[in-house]
Amino acid sequence: MLTIAGRKFRSRLFGGTGKFSSPEVMKEALAASGCEMVTVALRRIDLNNPADDIMSVLDRDRYLFLPNTSGARDAGEAIRLARLARASGGGEWLKLEVTPDPRTLLPDPIETFKATEELVKEGFKVLPYMNADPILALRLQDAGAVAVMPLGSPIGTNQGVLTRFQIEIIIAQAQVPVIVDAGLGAPSHVAEAMEMGADAVLVNTAIAVAGDPVRMARAFAMAVEAGRIAYESGLGAVSKDAAPSSPEDGLGFLR
Amino acid sequence: MKVFCNGEAQEIAPGMLVADYLSQLGLDASSVVVECDGKILTRKEYGSHALQDGSVLELIRFVGGG
Repeated sequence: MLTIAGRKFRSRLFGGTGKFSSPEVMKEALAASGCEMVTVALRRIDLNNPADDIMSVLDRDRYLFLPNTSGARDAGEAIRLARLARASGGGEWLKLEVTPDPRTLLPDPIETFKATEELVKEGFKVLPYMNADPILALRLQDAGAVAVMPLGSPIGTNQGVLTRFQIEIIIAQAQVPVIVDAGLGAPSHVAEAMEMGADAVLVNTAIAVAGDPVRMARAFAMAVEAGRIAYESGLGAVSKDAAPSSPEDGLGFLR
Repeated sequence: MKVFCNGEAQEIAPGMLVADYLSQLGLDASSVVVECDGKILTRKEYGSHALQDGSVLELIRFVGGG
């Protein structure tokens, strides 16, 4: 079973709550995914539409909230959002995101590291969203991150695990859980990450924008489970040369 | 008196408490976090913190996100 900062998770699929067509679809899709931790964001209340409180549909006993710092462009903004999240009743868990470039939404490694150091001091359980950089993963781990969240590909792109080589190194080296986040667009992508030995994956867009988000959530859950079982079972070695799967002996009668 | 809430100027009664302001806006205090003049208020403070003329308020809450 997956353990992060002393908390156990049966499901290795974490869900996002953005981009769903309605709170009801979100609730049903999250239930179908089996996830136990969900990300949420913090935003200004729309004073002209204050009834729009989609979080009221989520059962806090069922889901651990993982507030994110999306929208932060530097460490200072991320720290401010983190403190607001805690004051909002979001608890100590935090997905730290610092993305200064709105075109790529790639994380700023230096600001992410600075914010991790500060927020760990303030008692947060920090899960930093990071580029798939093995050295940075170790630095964030040493700074007190309870898990690392390397990206498969940029947020919302559905391109899958483009960072495979680096993520393999991160998994081999990290002492904290590795959660592959961002860009996982199909069940096959999460199966790949899990087969590589990722401890968990986080999926939002691919489920939320699917034609049928509830069934897609189920498909992702099955892929996560299949990938994990395959990893634990030990995959066969990859080879350039063919190797017959039928016996080579006993063909004398043919020639 | 005037306060600036989520970027908008709002006319409110002098000395209004944060809790009363939230209920005037139709907001459930348990789902809102209030930052007043750069300081985050605890929920306990909503019932005792009086707004000042020119106060800058940010009313924040959780929304869907990834």
